[in-house]
Parts: sequence; structure tokens; C-alpha cells
Amino acid sequence: MSSSTVEYAVRRNPEMGPHGKPVASPTEPFDAPEPELGSQTMLVNVGPQHPATHGVLRLVVELDGETVVSVVPRLGYLHSSFEKLGEYRTWNQIVTLTDRMDYLAPLIYNCAYVMAVEKLMGIEVTERCKVARVICMEMDRIFSHLLWLGTWSIDVGAFTPFLYAFQQREKVYTLHEALTGARITTSSTRIGGMMADLPEGWTKGVREFADNLPATLDEIDGLLTCNAIHVGRTQGIGAISAEEAVNHGLTGANLRASGVPYDVRKDRPYYDYGSYDFEVPIGCHGDCYDRYLVRMEEMRQSVRILHQALDRLPDGPMDVEDPRISLPSKTDCMSDMESMIHHFKLITEGIPAPAEDCWFSVEGSKGELGMYVVGDGGPKPVRWRIRPPSFVNLSAIPKLSEGHLMADLIMINASLDIVLGEIDR
Amino acid sequence: MTSDLGSGGSAPDFGLVAAGGRKGHDPAPDTAEAGNVPPVNPSVTALRRQFPDGVLRNRVCAGDQDVVHIDSGRVAEILRWLHETPDQHYDHLADVTAVDHGGGRPIEVVYQLWSIPQRSALRVKCELPLDALEIESVTGIWQGANWLEREVYDLFGVHFRGHPDLRRILMPENYAEGHPLRKDFPLRGRFSRAEQTRRALTQDPEDYYMPGEIGERTPQVVASGADDGDEAKASGAGAGGEGEADVL
Repeated sequence: MSSSTVEYAVRRNPEMGPHGKPVASPTEPFDAPEPELGSQTMLVNVGPQHPATHGVLRLVVELDGETVVSVVPRLGYLHSSFEKLGEYRTWNQIVTLTDRMDYLAPLIYNCAYVMAVEKLMGIEVTERCKVARVICMEMDRIFSHLLWLGTWSIDVGAFTPFLYAFQQREKVYTLHEALTGARITTSSTRIGGMMADLPEGWTKGVREFADNLPATLDEIDGLLTCNAIHVGRTQGIGAISAEEAVNHGLTGANLRASGVPYDVRKDRPYYDYGSYDFEVPIGCHGDCYDRYLVRMEEMRQSVRILHQALDRLPDGPMDVEDPRISLPSKTDCMSDMESMIHHFKLITEGIPAPAEDCWFSVEGSKGELGMYVVGDGGPKPVRWRIRPPSFVNLSAIPKLSEGHLMADLIMINASLDIVLGEIDR
Repeated sequence: MTSDLGSGGSAPDFGLVAAGGRKGHDPAPDTAEAGNVPPVNPSVTALRRQFPDGVLRNRVCAGDQDVVHIDSGRVAEILRWLHETPDQHYDHLADVTAVDHGGGRPIEVVYQLWSIPQRSALRVKCELPLDALEIESVTGIWQGANWLEREVYDLFGVHFRGHPDLRRILMPENYAEGHPLRKDFPLRGRFSRAEQTRRALTQDPEDYYMPGEIGERTPQVVASGADDGDEAKASGAGAGGEGEADVL
């Protein structure tokens, strides 16, 4: 496996700053002997309407002074029963539900869903489609990480990186809009292909974005990585060992920050990820600071993949040339009867899937994004299940934050990079 | 194609529906039930050797995905063996979920395993009849199973024995309409819109701030029928019914 450890430019002593200057560490020792005062713990409710919870997450926190004794997350404020709705829709109609779950990386969800269904149906998509989806997924990985970076820096008290990150995000929004017509709810994939071929000049826009992003990352890197406040608030906070991280089901950057080089793109390659030249950054302390470093490096690696994918994007058809799966062109539908009937039958009857089940997971921006689809021979799923990476990652928050300060809980929550649309579904 | 596709017909219909759906489709490899297709993953053979009577059957799905059906009574034992045996080492529990095929057929609990060192995947399934929806929890093996099992309990009503904190997770705790992902659950819910609104308005938000939420947590008792006794809990809505153990 080609993986590399992130090199630290910063010393890990929380009392010392980047250049050996002392830092006023916000973390007081927790193991100070407590006088027996018979004190009571206090319950503090965080959220669901609080910006630091990154959505409608609610944390009921039990505090002993300022130290977190226990955390009970409460979910469901955004529950939309997507999985139940999916059972009443045909396979292609579900695509619109997928991007509403992770609205921070909608294209990854679109792609992961159709990839699972194509695997179930035994469909092999065209080369152009594969590369186009790789471009979409890597672009949205950066898209999602940029939002995490912006909100993370706000949580740590820095406002400038937020503006820099959102400036770049705006460019991805524009690319989304050019590709699909929508900025967030992209719904760009279809079984066997994409909604449409890439618009003209789109790849040039992606290339420009990929060219310009590293400069922004360098700027943010300069603002945060060696920043005394940032280092002091994140190093040694919310640390989890490799074994525990695996046992808690953490995936994505949260797992790799603990030193486990598990990346679905490398371990179970799909769409020729094995032939792209990129590295999987891993951390070694498993704390908030390592998660920050891993995500920063992941964006740079995604830029590398983007460049390679843009170089190899082949010409040719985007959709599978199979009349049982792909719709005829709109011009044909309007001009000849057979195509119109064909279109009508595909839309009204849907595409049948075999009576089997299929699990397919991709490396999403938040972690391992699994899709489990069960067919019964008909055009609708018996069961459509999403393995939500944020959901499982968030379940470790009591373990990560107990014993830390209330202010650290905010950083730990930010470091997990959750999206509530996907947790609640 | 038959008309009752979405609604899940009775068990004998299922074969016909499946055959109808396959008509005109790609000649996918025939995934026969009783292990006619040799398993891709060597763990399946090892599992069959280790638990000759615990493994009921295995099949290959979607081309290369191994599925093992095991005895639901021995799930913790078998999964612990898969987790702890050095040759297997399935250390990453990717997913726990359930599938209701409808029509009174048993509910399948599905465990999706992945071994990070071995790079191999295995899907383990247990079937639970609708009148005995109870299975052992695997939180003792993978702590990541905690919320996943809570979700299965919430949406399917499967009771996990030995789970440290078996409460609803996505639906509100006083939700009285049953388990939404069951096939017998109507898409719009069991109650009328007026009744749903009335219940939402009579909720007391203070309930959710009770220290009992953090203190002693008593697992809820789950009725083991398809028609579970969750309705009984409705009367306690808004009256601080957080820690009530016996609601039946």
C-alpha cells in the first residue's frame, strides 16, 4: 500500500508553540485531585439549533465543572425516512433522494448509489462515465472538506480561513450548476450513465479549479497549521487509538488519523482507482489535530487525482448502450414512435433488478459510504440501505469527549466532520 | 410483470415475481441457494468447517459477494469467532441492518463485515421469525454496533439481547406508531395527520432534559409480535416516561 505519514511541522508539546515559544494551553490537567465537596453535575443542552453542532444535532452534556462527564447525542431532528421512501420508488427515482442526504458532497452520494445498483444488475458503465464519475467524486470530496475546513476554523475562532474556503466552494457550486443545473441537489447520475454528457468547457473549469485550489490550501495552511491557538486547542484532544477506532467503526479521515491506512479507494478499488497515482495520508496520534492534517492532505491528493482523471478522460458514449437501461435521446422520442414507446416503457415500468442483494461501498468524504440494495426482480427495491459514515463516526463522540473540557467537545464534534442530513436520513 | 411487486405478495408468489423480473434481463450467473456456486471468500469454507450446524447455507450474490446464513441463536458466537480468529480477523463491522421482505416472511438481520488486514468482505445474515424478533447484541465484539443496532431496533423492532442502551434513535422515544421500515407499516404512518400533530403538540420538551436520560437507562421492553405494544407507550407521552421499563 502506498501510504505516507504526515510530517509534522509543529511540535506536539501542548505547552510549546511551533517555534518553541510557550503557548497558553487551554487544557488544564483533568486529573487534579478534586476536593470532596459533594458537588452535583450539571446538565447542559447543546443544540439542536446551535451553529457549533453543524446541523440539528443535539448533545445532552453532563458537566462536572467544565469537564465533560458524559455526552448523550440525540438524533432524528432531520429524519426524512429516505430508506422507506426508496421502497416506493423505482431505481432511477431514488437518485434524487441520495443527494439530499449529504448535501455537502451530493455527487459522491449520487455515484455511490448508482454504482451499487449497477453492481446488483451486473451493468458495466462506459470508460468515459467511469472517469467522469471519478472527477465528480474527487471534486466533491474537496467540496465537502472545504466546508469542514471553514466550519472547523470558525469553531477554533478563526474567521479568515472560512472565507477563503467558501470562496473555493463557490467555484464548485458553479461547476455543479454547469454539470447538472442545480447547485446542491445535483441528482446527476442515472443507472448506466449520467444525466447528460459533460457540458462543453466543463473540464476546463474543473482544471482551473484544481489548479487554483493548492494556493488557497497553502494560505489556509499558513494560517492554521502552526497557529498557536489552533495547535493548543486541537493537539491531544479527542485522541483515539487505532484498535479502538476500528472497533468503534470509525472510517475515513477519522480512522486514518489514528494510523489505520484503510481507504476504500485503495483496499477495494473501484473505477480503476488502483491505476491513479495518489497517496493515503495517515496520522499517528488520532487526535483532532491529526484529523485536520489528514483532511488537508486528502484535498491535495484529490487535486492530484483530478488532474490525472482530466488527462485520461476518454471520448465516447457516456451512457451504456443498452436499450433496457438507457433512455433514447429526446430528439428520437419526439420524432419516431418506437423511441417514444421505448421511453414510455422505461419510465413507467422502470428497470428490473434481480432478486439478490448487493453491498457496495465507496470512500465518501466523511468515511466509508456503503449502499446496500435488495431487489426482488421488480423495478423497486425491497430494501435500500445507506451505511452512513457520519452516523457511525458520531457514535464515538461520547468515547472521544469524556474527560475533556466543554470547549473541546466543540472541536471534537467539528473534527468528526458530520453531516446531519445523512445521520438522520 | 405482476402487479403486486411493491407490496410484497405471499411467499409462493415470490418465485413468480422474481422469474418475471428476470425475463429479458442480462443472463446473470445463476445464484443457486445451496452452495452450487463456489464461494469466493475462503472464510466461508472455514466457517462451514468450524460451525457445521451453525452455518445454514451460503450463496454468492452480485457476482462476487459471499453471503452466509447462520443460525440466529449463535450469532454472537460465530461473529466473535470471525472477529478473533487470526486467519479471519474481521475487525471492521461495516454495517448492521435488517431486511423485511414482507408477506409474513422472516426479517433478516444483516451484518456486513470487512477485514482490514485480509481485505476481504463477508455478509452474514440471520433470519428472525416475526413472532420472535430477538437476537444477541454484538456490541461486546464491536462497539460500533451500538447505534447500528439501535437503529435496527427503532426501525424494525428487532430486540438485541445484551445491548447496553437499547432505545429508539431516529424516531422520537414516545413514537407510538410502530417500526417504520416494516413492510406492514404504511408510508404515511399509522395515525392520521391530525393525530400526529396533536401528539407532537402535546410533547413536553422538558422530558428530554431529564437527568434520567443520562443516569440509569433501562432497555425498553419490546413486544415480540408484528403488532407490537408500542401503542401502550403512547399514553405515557409527555408524562416523563423516559425510564419506564415495563410499558406493556
